[in-house]
Amino acid sequence: MKKEYWKTLEELQGNVTETPQETGSSTPLEILANDKNATSSSRRDFLKWCGISFVSATVMSACENPVKKAIPYLNQPEEVVPGKALWYASTYQQGNEYCPILVKNRDGRPIKIEGNTSSTITKGGTNARVQASILSLYDNGARYHHPIKNGQRTTWQDADREIKSLLDTYTAEGKKMAIVCPTLLSPATKQLIDDAANKYTGLEVISWDAISYEAIRAAHLATFGTDVFPEYHFDKAKLIVSFGADFLGTWVAPTIFSRQYASMRKINEENPNMSRHIQFESTFSISGASADERIPVKPTEEIRILVALHDAIARATGRSTLRAQSVDYDVDTLAGEILEHRGEALIVSGQDDINCQMIVNAINEMAGSYGNTLTTGNPLMSGHGNNSKFESFVADFQQGQYAAVMFYGTNPMYHYHNPEAIAQGIEKTPLSISFAISKDETAEVCSFVLPDNHFLESWNDAMFKQGCYSLAQPVIHPLFNTRQVQDTFLNWMERETNFQEYLKDYWQEELFPKQDLHRTPESFWTHSLQEGVFETATGPQLMLSFDNTGLSGAMQKLKASVERAGNIEFIAYPHLALADGTNANNPWLQEMPDPISSVTWDNYAAVSPAFAKSNNLSDGDVISINEKLELPVLIQPGLANDCMAIALGYGRTMAGKAGDYVGDNAFRLTHWDGTNRVLSGTVNNWQKTSSGHQFARTQMHFSMEGRAIVRESTLDKYRQDPAAGNELRAYHKKHAVTLYPEDHYDGHHWALMVDLNACTGCSTCVIACQSENNVPVVGKDEVRRRRIMHWLRIDRYYNGDAANPEVVFQPLMCMHCDHAPCENVCPVAATTHSKEGINQMTYNRCVGTKYCINNCPYKVRRFNWFAYAQNEAFDYHLNSDFGRMVLNPDVTVRERGVVEKCSFCIQRIQEAKAMAKNERRQLQDGEVVTACAQACPSNALVFGDLNDKNSRVAHLMKDPRNYHLLEELHTLPSIGYLTKIRNKKQ
Amino acid sequence: MITNLDISLVKGRKSYSQITEELLANTEGRPPLWWLAAFGLGCLALAFGGWAFYMSLSQGLGTWGINNSVAWGWDIINFVWWIGIGHAGTAFTIFFLVFRQKWAGSINRSAEAMTVFAVMCAGLFPLIHMGRPWLAFYILPYPNTRLLWLNFNSPLFWDVLAISTYLIMSLTLWYLGMVPDLATIRDRTKNKFRKLIYGIFSLGWDGSLYTYNRYETLMKLLGGLAAPLVISVHTIVALDFSISVLPGWHATILPPYFFVGAIFSGFAMVLTLMILMRKAFPIGDYVTEKHIDNIAHVLKYGSMVIGLAYATELFIAWYSGVEYEIYTFFNARASGTFSTAFWIMVFCNAIAPQAFWFKKARKNLVILFAISIIINIGMWYERYIIMVSSLAEDFLPSSWVAYHPTLVDIGIFVGTFGLFTVGMLLFVRFIPIIAINEVKPIARLGKDNNTKNEKE
Repeated sequence: MKKEYWKTLEELQGNVTETPQETGSSTPLEILANDKNATSSSRRDFLKWCGISFVSATVMSACENPVKKAIPYLNQPEEVVPGKALWYASTYQQGNEYCPILVKNRDGRPIKIEGNTSSTITKGGTNARVQASILSLYDNGARYHHPIKNGQRTTWQDADREIKSLLDTYTAEGKKMAIVCPTLLSPATKQLIDDAANKYTGLEVISWDAISYEAIRAAHLATFGTDVFPEYHFDKAKLIVSFGADFLGTWVAPTIFSRQYASMRKINEENPNMSRHIQFESTFSISGASADERIPVKPTEEIRILVALHDAIARATGRSTLRAQSVDYDVDTLAGEILEHRGEALIVSGQDDINCQMIVNAINEMAGSYGNTLTTGNPLMSGHGNNSKFESFVADFQQGQYAAVMFYGTNPMYHYHNPEAIAQGIEKTPLSISFAISKDETAEVCSFVLPDNHFLESWNDAMFKQGCYSLAQPVIHPLFNTRQVQDTFLNWMERETNFQEYLKDYWQEELFPKQDLHRTPESFWTHSLQEGVFETATGPQLMLSFDNTGLSGAMQKLKASVERAGNIEFIAYPHLALADGTNANNPWLQEMPDPISSVTWDNYAAVSPAFAKSNNLSDGDVISINEKLELPVLIQPGLANDCMAIALGYGRTMAGKAGDYVGDNAFRLTHWDGTNRVLSGTVNNWQKTSSGHQFARTQMHFSMEGRAIVRESTLDKYRQDPAAGNELRAYHKKHAVTLYPEDHYDGHHWALMVDLNACTGCSTCVIACQSENNVPVVGKDEVRRRRIMHWLRIDRYYNGDAANPEVVFQPLMCMHCDHAPCENVCPVAATTHSKEGINQMTYNRCVGTKYCINNCPYKVRRFNWFAYAQNEAFDYHLNSDFGRMVLNPDVTVRERGVVEKCSFCIQRIQEAKAMAKNERRQLQDGEVVTACAQACPSNALVFGDLNDKNSRVAHLMKDPRNYHLLEELHTLPSIGYLTKIRNKKQ
Repeated sequence: MITNLDISLVKGRKSYSQITEELLANTEGRPPLWWLAAFGLGCLALAFGGWAFYMSLSQGLGTWGINNSVAWGWDIINFVWWIGIGHAGTAFTIFFLVFRQKWAGSINRSAEAMTVFAVMCAGLFPLIHMGRPWLAFYILPYPNTRLLWLNFNSPLFWDVLAISTYLIMSLTLWYLGMVPDLATIRDRTKNKFRKLIYGIFSLGWDGSLYTYNRYETLMKLLGGLAAPLVISVHTIVALDFSISVLPGWHATILPPYFFVGAIFSGFAMVLTLMILMRKAFPIGDYVTEKHIDNIAHVLKYGSMVIGLAYATELFIAWYSGVEYEIYTFFNARASGTFSTAFWIMVFCNAIAPQAFWFKKARKNLVILFAISIIINIGMWYERYIIMVSSLAEDFLPSSWVAYHPTLVDIGIFVGTFGLFTVGMLLFVRFIPIIAINEVKPIARLGKDNNTKNEKE
């Protein structure tokens, strides 16, 4: 008899309790292995297989396949397992922008960026620019491949030798030198540049931001006597009043603010409270779209209301007023509301104007914001740009007073309103150096281009907030013959080290003593590097005492500037995707539709419908503005009359294939008024030109036609009935009839919830999905033909008056309907339903009848109209060997002629399931996250398993606010939407 | 029973040999100048189509005007339109066979030819509208090692079966109907080569009573088999739309409506061709005013049915209370983006043919010709309305788009015209345009009647 071995006592006693295990769907091999017929092969089968092998071997050997080389590692790196991703913590920074990230590496290539959840500041959030930054790494068309001297290729040795001797000579001769850089968040780099300034005594460090927040700092210096950039707490503010600050899109730290803001906008039955948000603005930003009350104003009106609001609060609190003119907005009610929320209100202004910011400080002070919604314990490190210093630099520079100038991370030839001055300066300066990563207008005219590494190839650190540090580490060997700026400086200063060591030393010397978790500097460094962030405890609040002596002066200046303004004004604002235009050559960002106007690949002069009507303008009419710009007109509901809103970031001329000559450069409209760089101004003259323009928009119809597509209600109604606005759901549930049996899912049943109250329309999910799922870029013309490929789109509807409509956003991806209309019409069964409730596409089987596209009521299916990969006609990243390195190897690149759509990131589900299966356990809620949900800075998307009764998604599905899109069709979508609730005053 | 209708089926007192002479005239001798010119034009159109065809195959469907929302455009509009035209031929043969409408005998042949070429044109579209036409065989049910099978729920698969069956059936009917005539040509021709070719295709026809007997039986059987196909093919094309969820598509009225529409447009095309052929060939005695008058009556009747269908659709949309249906029919179609096309459709299909209530209109060749063309334009618009209005403005207004065809779309359409023209021209050149074997029996009836009339 065979011996029976037993492992445990339970097994011996015969009552083995299996721990629940991930079963999942089997692989085809497993199915074959379990197939009884498959195992019993007969002699006939053997002969059949012999025949097939013989014939196919003959046929195959007759065909010649192109040889593709896969070269194995000579020495296998220790951690690299082919097919398995490695994650490295790093940091994205660009001027004032900051985001701690995790970089996904596959086979040595970084392919995806996610937010670092270890950071208490961003908590894992990202934004579209951060998501898209990975593509810039592979931009071999625009990136510099080697050092350049006067347009000719040179070597690092030659360049170093020449520049070193020049710098030494200039220092010895006492000549003036300058390095122009944006706000540097990196303490180590700052120290290194200070080292350099000490060595080369004539070297001035000129900090200058294209989009500046200097005024906030300056205003605090003026009103509190402290140069501080306070920390904003939108998560503590129950009343937010924003004067043109697009804090959810572009202002200061949108990723952080979105998360904070959303935490106050999410609402449920246990906590039926949300913040109230009032936005005054001259543009139409996503912050304005999310606001409960939005007041379109001209830039000068915005200032007038701000001052009037100050006076109203001052009157109510018995302080001295500024004798502001009356405005046609009821500021007293608003003042009352602010005072009602004393200590819980937050007033912000997007104007980079010290006078405005001083008034804002005064209001915040009166509203008791300091210490509550505005804290100074861990102030922000933003806004170190110094415009006046830069202006005086330009004046001297233009006259050739500098012997050497270096541009690091800045592009004044594009960003400065008077590029001719910069050009003259560069011409007159003997040594001009640009450290540009990729082509830009300034680098192209400098005598030396010493290309910096992309941030994913570099060592660095960052401190966005006092005491919150993060590290950046290279995740790939430099692709080209580039060298990071810090190393260049170390080389020039003849230090026997590299920046990696320098950074390590800095951290071990400066930061190691600030903690007591790690015993040795080495372990502190290693752990910090792994974690990506290092945070010290909150610092003490600064004792601020308000000094109002400067206010009346500020008021006078504001009054003067308001009075100077003409009838028609303009405002230039940073674009949501392109921001200041540094990343204009990134086709993902170019093709990201503006969530409000739905325009891609363009900027425009947005005007109100009334303005267009009275001036006989229609969409696409090209106008010239102040004889500086030529832009097409876009009629934008919800803008103030006589005000043109123009996005910055466009009109690059030397950015590369994708970014050049897209739109026009609105930086040229800005001006310097002696204290501030003003992004708004008067339109002195504008003229209609004879040309016309066709926009590439992804949405043309803006009304919901009275359909219950986005369902919304107000807070008051919600408190009475949590299903307010969602009454139709009950009706449809009651009346739903079907001939088919209800579906039943044994294992998982994946679903996604979208909280319309938390969604701000920031479009991060759109780019995250594009990055994760290898979604091609199709270009302006194809977008015009309405063939954008995005798997996830954000629909936007207006309702109400065209002068000031309310806006709703609705992220839309494949609904993964349980009764999917697309599935039953495909003749070849290329789209089918999985056992886990996912509507899947089998690209190999698809012949492209497009019937599924027609029959999808949500129109989320996309067709490959052309071959988008390796096609000269679509000369974006998919047409370049470098660009294709960004592709996710887990996702097929779709062929011409097949249909594709959101897959619920099936590759992520499969990976997580395989891992759980290997570890003999069940999947936990939150283990699988789709790219969109992971990227969302406001946590508006929740993915999970409906069959797991304790999952967040199952919980949210039962929320009375939940509804399904077009549920009357009984398609039973796996996507649920939570109604939008507005905190409106009756 | 002989009705008065049969009296003037063939005009003039013609002997059998005279009929043969007259009806074979087109296949003998040199081709006339107009034929060569028309053939050249047809080839030109075909070449344009060839370019468009090449563009869509080499570049992709992006060369067409369709987009993310309107994924079917001119391709399927033209497909349905051609299929509709392709209806009349078989309908003529079958229904008139079943209903013993002998007057149709002289029109059968060319109507069937029209069917064959129209179905060929139509069949082209489903093939090239695929994203990957080189994998078109995926939609055929063939056993394969990958254990892949088709989705029998999909109307597109039914389409494949219906259209291919219909094409085979039409071809068979058309060809077998020609056999006795081909034998006539074989017997008359002196050219050895022609004799051989026609000899092969006439399948050894000997004209004996036995043969005739079997032939009649075969034709009746085939006719009986084909009758349901005529209904099924367009019904199934209609199901492509009915099965879907879209407003304006998801309607049970579509199968009968499509069927009537198809007969209607097919008859209009027959009328167009008949008027042209009467001009081109001396067949006025065979395809008489009476024939044309009858077709006009059928068109008038069809027009009323179509008009009723339009009205029913509107009524049901309103009666359903479904906001999407109401929007599609009343806002998008009747008064919105597509109102011009909609009212063109209504005028062409439901109003213009009402002129045939008047005898003067039925007698006037110019009016007849004009209305036959108007109907075909109207029927094209009908398909345009169904296709584009439902797709361009469906459930979510965010996806609403405009649709415009490109030059390639137009090229393919023109190319199918070229194919049709060239096909028809070859047909009139090499095959008797009027079935001699079918005309001869009616001619005798007519002759008898004529004599009877004279006696009276």
